[in-house]
Amino acid sequence: MAPTSTKSSLKRVLLSALCLPVFAAPVSADVVNYVSGAPAKDIKILKEIVKPWEEATGHTLEFTSMPPSTTDSFAQYRLWLAANNSDIDVYETDVIWAPQLANHFVDLSNAASDVIDAHFPSIIESQTVDGKLVALPLFTDAPALYYRKDLLEKHGAAVPSTWEELTATAKSVQAAERAGGQSDLWGFVWQGNAYEGLTCDALEWVKSFGGGQIVEPDGTVSINNEQAINALELAKSWVGTISPEGVLAYQEEDARGVWQTGNAVFMRNWPYAYALGNSDDSAVKDKFGVVPLPSGGSNDKSAATLGGWNLAVSKYSKNPDAAISLALYLTSPEAQKRRALELSRLPTLVSLYDDEDIKTEQPAIAEWKDIFLQAVPRPSAPTKTKYNEVSSKFWSAVHDTLSGNGSAAENLELLEIELNEIKGNSW
Amino acid sequence: MVSNVGRMAIATGGQSASQRSDLQQSRIRAARWFLAPMIVVLLCVAAWPLARTVYFSFTNTSLTNLYGGEWIGFDNYLNWRTLSSGRVIFRGTLVDPDWWNAVWNTLRFAIVSVGFETVLGLMIALVLNAEFRGRGLVRAAILVPWAIPTIVSARLWGWMLHDQFGIINDILLKLGLISHKIAWTANPDTAMLAVLVVDIWKTTPFMALLCLAGLQMIPRDIYEAARVDGVHPIKVFFYITLPLVRPALMVAVIFRLLDAMRIFDLIYVLTPNSTQTKTMSVIARENLIDFDKFAYGSAQSTLLFLIIGASVIAYIRLGRVDLTGEDHR
Repeated sequence: MAPTSTKSSLKRVLLSALCLPVFAAPVSADVVNYVSGAPAKDIKILKEIVKPWEEATGHTLEFTSMPPSTTDSFAQYRLWLAANNSDIDVYETDVIWAPQLANHFVDLSNAASDVIDAHFPSIIESQTVDGKLVALPLFTDAPALYYRKDLLEKHGAAVPSTWEELTATAKSVQAAERAGGQSDLWGFVWQGNAYEGLTCDALEWVKSFGGGQIVEPDGTVSINNEQAINALELAKSWVGTISPEGVLAYQEEDARGVWQTGNAVFMRNWPYAYALGNSDDSAVKDKFGVVPLPSGGSNDKSAATLGGWNLAVSKYSKNPDAAISLALYLTSPEAQKRRALELSRLPTLVSLYDDEDIKTEQPAIAEWKDIFLQAVPRPSAPTKTKYNEVSSKFWSAVHDTLSGNGSAAENLELLEIELNEIKGNSW
Repeated sequence: MVSNVGRMAIATGGQSASQRSDLQQSRIRAARWFLAPMIVVLLCVAAWPLARTVYFSFTNTSLTNLYGGEWIGFDNYLNWRTLSSGRVIFRGTLVDPDWWNAVWNTLRFAIVSVGFETVLGLMIALVLNAEFRGRGLVRAAILVPWAIPTIVSARLWGWMLHDQFGIINDILLKLGLISHKIAWTANPDTAMLAVLVVDIWKTTPFMALLCLAGLQMIPRDIYEAARVDGVHPIKVFFYITLPLVRPALMVAVIFRLLDAMRIFDLIYVLTPNSTQTKTMSVIARENLIDFDKFAYGSAQSTLLFLIIGASVIAYIRLGRVDLTGEDHR
């Protein structure tokens, strides 16, 4: 037994030595590992989009799926990156992660120098940390108010432009529909689970009431103010009345579940729910519209939290060139257009908003341009590496308020102290 | 294994040196050799990581800079500074209300869940100990919840407890027990209840199995004697079964207690981020990874270890649990 195995292993060494020059030739076929927590349809389209790239370069894409919660994915990514893991080459990153993960990613500014100017400058800026382009924008995101055209028409209600109007309309439509036998119908569904999504929702309420953006760009903690308190108190009044109590455990997909089965009058959600809501198996197909989120109090300016996903290439990747080529391809005009048409993902390329195909097939995207141009960034830039803790403190305070654990005034006062403590002398 | 060797060593130690035979000495040597691999493995996978965690808790290490941490003493546990106004501010895990909230959550969870599991487990074990047709099948069937991975059962229950689509709300509504759908995992009043129900559902079979093993050690003739004397079954349980099954029961409770105090997966999946159910493990992980306060999280992990250790020692002392098996000789 032993002599044979020695012989065969010798043979293998010789063989591989002979083969080495062949494999080391410039045209290598690499496997690029791509990780993302995107919904199933995005992944399906991604696999179609990537085909021409695979054919042209000879590389292949290997997909790793992650949980849809950005908070959960982030924890996993941070672990992998801290361990210098080389299994993943391309990460799909949330718009708020750049300052926290910048050290682990390749600087893309040279590789993407030709295309940088085609993207919206504000998005490129959000992904640039100390002059280093951490990630390339894949699509941008800004939530809107989804409303049921048929139900509003039936009950003679107008599309609300303030939160107070929304509350009243939701209440009356819900009551009328329930009296008509629709016992599962709810007025308004949104994301109330204690996670990053609640930070987005609550930031919109606070900002649209004129209550600032938690931590201002200059680093001051501004959350404890009258408008913010009013905003949270109004939101609290929704739970159990126009929104199911379970909304306090809802993430995006839970809200969409209620909405798409036809059980909600209004929904706050990201653009992806638009294409899905118009798919053939949807109960609300062609029955809904989108408008900018309402404003509140005496303020008349609405606010939408800036979201969006980007592609970053890991510093620990074994095939950085193939990975960069994939990132460039997936953020190219063709790929972004495809994603806009089939998934209603908002392009980050300015020119695509004038594209005829997109205008005719996804008319909502043109409307979204205005929403997104006014979008509010979460305070990830001023709070730097402490953003996650800040966001967690904020969503906890909001979640406590919504679930009746202390009043908005009490919780925000406490939050202000906590945030200043995290801040210390400077962020 | 360890306790057996210990017993052997004690037994040998009791004899005078002159009586010690070569055979016994060689058996002890052999035992040591057999133990060595396990001790080496334990040192690598348990002692070393533990020592690292304790070390990290005295540094300012962060996940972005794992190897560049500097020694900062007890600052992660407790530190204070005096403001110019003369006010003293305390910081650190030991004065962190989130940490103490997690500690109480954990203790509450551990005591309630282990309590229910013990009582229910013992009841099921008593039933399974009786002779009836199809007993083998029932014994196997009862283990199903225990066999399902925690993540899967947490997801499964998460859907069953869902406020809009969940089957539990549907059943309760149809039975007229509730008037409106309840958001079990989201509502702060029911979040802990939901976690407890799932944990008890999942772990009672394990308790039942350990109790059953204990019950089967009880000699049958004692029961026969009781029956001849006409002792009431309830008296039989309290005067015969319970005292005799107690040693096995106490060990089973230790297992569960250790397990319950480091609960993580079920809560992380079922009610993530809920202040009402956050346990020590959940909050330590949050600091370690989400907040990039690696050293602070390490300090919490160290405290978690100390608290579990202290609880188990207190339990063994108070319950006079005998882990060496000496009493039965």
